[in-house]
Amino acid sequence: MNLFLLFLSAFLVNNIILMRFLGLCPFFGVSSKIETALGMGMSVIFVMTLSTILTWFLYQYVLIPFDLVYLRTVVFILVIASLVQFLELFFKKQIPGLYSALGIFLPLITTNCAILGVAFLNIDNDFGLLSSVVFAISSAMGFLLALVVIAGIRERLENAPIPEALKGLPISFIAAALMALAFLGFSGFMGLSL
Amino acid sequence: MRHTFIDGIVKNNMVLVLAIGLCPTLAVSTSAYNSLGMGIAVIFVLVFSNVIVSLLRNVIPKNLRIPIFIVIISTFVTMVDYSMKAYVPPLSRQLGVFVPLIVVNCGILGRAEGYAYHHPPHYSLMDGLGIGLGFTIVLFIMGTIREILGQGIWLNIPGVFPGFCVFGKAFTNSSVLLLILPPGGFLTIALLMGLFNHFRGGSK
Repeated sequence: MNLFLLFLSAFLVNNIILMRFLGLCPFFGVSSKIETALGMGMSVIFVMTLSTILTWFLYQYVLIPFDLVYLRTVVFILVIASLVQFLELFFKKQIPGLYSALGIFLPLITTNCAILGVAFLNIDNDFGLLSSVVFAISSAMGFLLALVVIAGIRERLENAPIPEALKGLPISFIAAALMALAFLGFSGFMGLSL
Repeated sequence: MRHTFIDGIVKNNMVLVLAIGLCPTLAVSTSAYNSLGMGIAVIFVLVFSNVIVSLLRNVIPKNLRIPIFIVIISTFVTMVDYSMKAYVPPLSRQLGVFVPLIVVNCGILGRAEGYAYHHPPHYSLMDGLGIGLGFTIVLFIMGTIREILGQGIWLNIPGVFPGFCVFGKAFTNSSVLLLILPPGGFLTIALLMGLFNHFRGGSK
């Protein structure tokens, strides 16, 4: 598959949050301010790329040769959890500046189903290493885009008159619905199917 | 023990109150049958992981508890994943990547950590059943709304049962397709949560 098409598909057309519904917990959990949304988005780009490379090699060179494919769920989640732990420690010791920017978001990423979801999607789609990495980066960028846009909307919603029952999460879901509707427009784009 | 069960369904409802487990809720609830399939898978994993964690709660060291919980949960998730692939392949294809992703459903880890690790097995069993049932009920309601309005039928099981034609043929031919698409998922859960908040007297 053409890598540019793959990028557009993962970034906009099949946006990981709005179309695939992966990573909704951080999408609503850390999207009340634009700065935190940016920090979370950056951390996701970083971790998703690294974890994709790691899980791809593990799957192709350990799980398949030793016929252990049925262990992939256990292996992947443990690998991602340890990667996140390792990165947190590494940043804390070596790059304190990056740690103070991304550090607080790293533990949250372990339970971000987008990371594990992308690792599974890469395997289910039979992507090679290069396609997997492109898919991971563009999915994570789509995540960042959706997160920052919804954070902007939610900052405005703070002062808007909203019916009592819809305050908080429900109105954010409605905003997300309208965003998803807008993103649905991209699926007509270049004849890529949903 | 009855309280544990009822609390799990209403007061601690995973989706409507705690707002966790949102990814499968939105992704899978395009039809009532898919919702039921997902709900039953989650109940199975939740009940067994709760009971096992609770049985081992005196053996599991405090510092290592999270990785151990994750291994226990992912064992049951793998069992569900492979059983579904073997016995109901069409459903397994429909739910796709969301079956293995049950493992990162924060609700399940949250119950292991927050409840099963401190309570005896029979209470943890009831808690797992209650929380799982609460999740399934919400999923089923969403699936029902989206399937009826989006396709005009209810309880369609591909290849087995065509489903009930709820509003007649004319509606089925011109149904609100939007509700089956992703925006419809966000919209349905927004209104469902709003309704729930309204009847609980606006908790937020």
